[in-house]
Amino acid sequence: MTHSDRIEKQILLHAPKNRVWRALTNAEEFGTWFRVKLEGEFAVGKRIQGKITYPGYEHLTMDVTVDRMDDGQLFSFRWHPAAIDPKIDYSAEPTTLVEFRLREVEGGTMLTVVESGFDQIPAERRAQAFRMNEQGWGTQLENIRRHVIG
Amino acid sequence: MSSAKAIASARVQDAAPLFAALGDETRLRLLARLSSGGPGSIARLSVKSQVSRQAISKHLEVLSKAGLVRGNRRGREHIWHLEPKRLSDAREHLDWISRQWDDALGRLKSFVES
Repeated sequence: MTHSDRIEKQILLHAPKNRVWRALTNAEEFGTWFRVKLEGEFAVGKRIQGKITYPGYEHLTMDVTVDRMDDGQLFSFRWHPAAIDPKIDYSAEPTTLVEFRLREVEGGTMLTVVESGFDQIPAERRAQAFRMNEQGWGTQLENIRRHVIG
Repeated sequence: MSSAKAIASARVQDAAPLFAALGDETRLRLLARLSSGGPGSIARLSVKSQVSRQAISKHLEVLSKAGLVRGNRRGREHIWHLEPKRLSDAREHLDWISRQWDDALGRLKSFVES
């Protein structure tokens, strides 16, 4: 797998594994931190949608299809990473796979997130992601600044 | 417009032709060849290619306009070089998604730890 194909993140959460599992797989809890109002519950093979509640992105709909839910271990879904234009039907386009893996460690839970499959995403869609998210950039830069300065 | 927004806006305008140039199989092959084999002439880049020299020349022009390659004249022919800086710009899209994950996971952390 090429380097450009995936994003991998790891974070230590000072919370028990079952707490993290619930925050990921309970649709309402997921929506609280991810900032999306999901309609329904996560279930393997099921498609679930919801309005994004993140400021500046409220016109967007999150649309995921659950891939796996291995109790307390692995939660994964497929989605369209650059599906940011409400006027475009993305359903026929390639998806990326998002995987959340949980591991119990001293002091809490190690969470690994891998998003893969970017090499399949059409180049023009990537370019569009840039254009459409122009407004979002300011917010992101501000988030980074806050994160760095604290 | 804040300075952060102005920078973001400039980046966005800059990125569209870059991705358009990258969105072609022949051109991606040419970039891969220049990357693995070093600078080369059209003659060398055409070897084992299904595409005519003339077509390759046109594709190189597109890549050149997008700032992905640079052609230097040596005698009667152009030698084409890769511009690695520009290719790294294409990674910024992934970096952007990556930063969104950082942000979301930061919120998850506060959520489960509170």
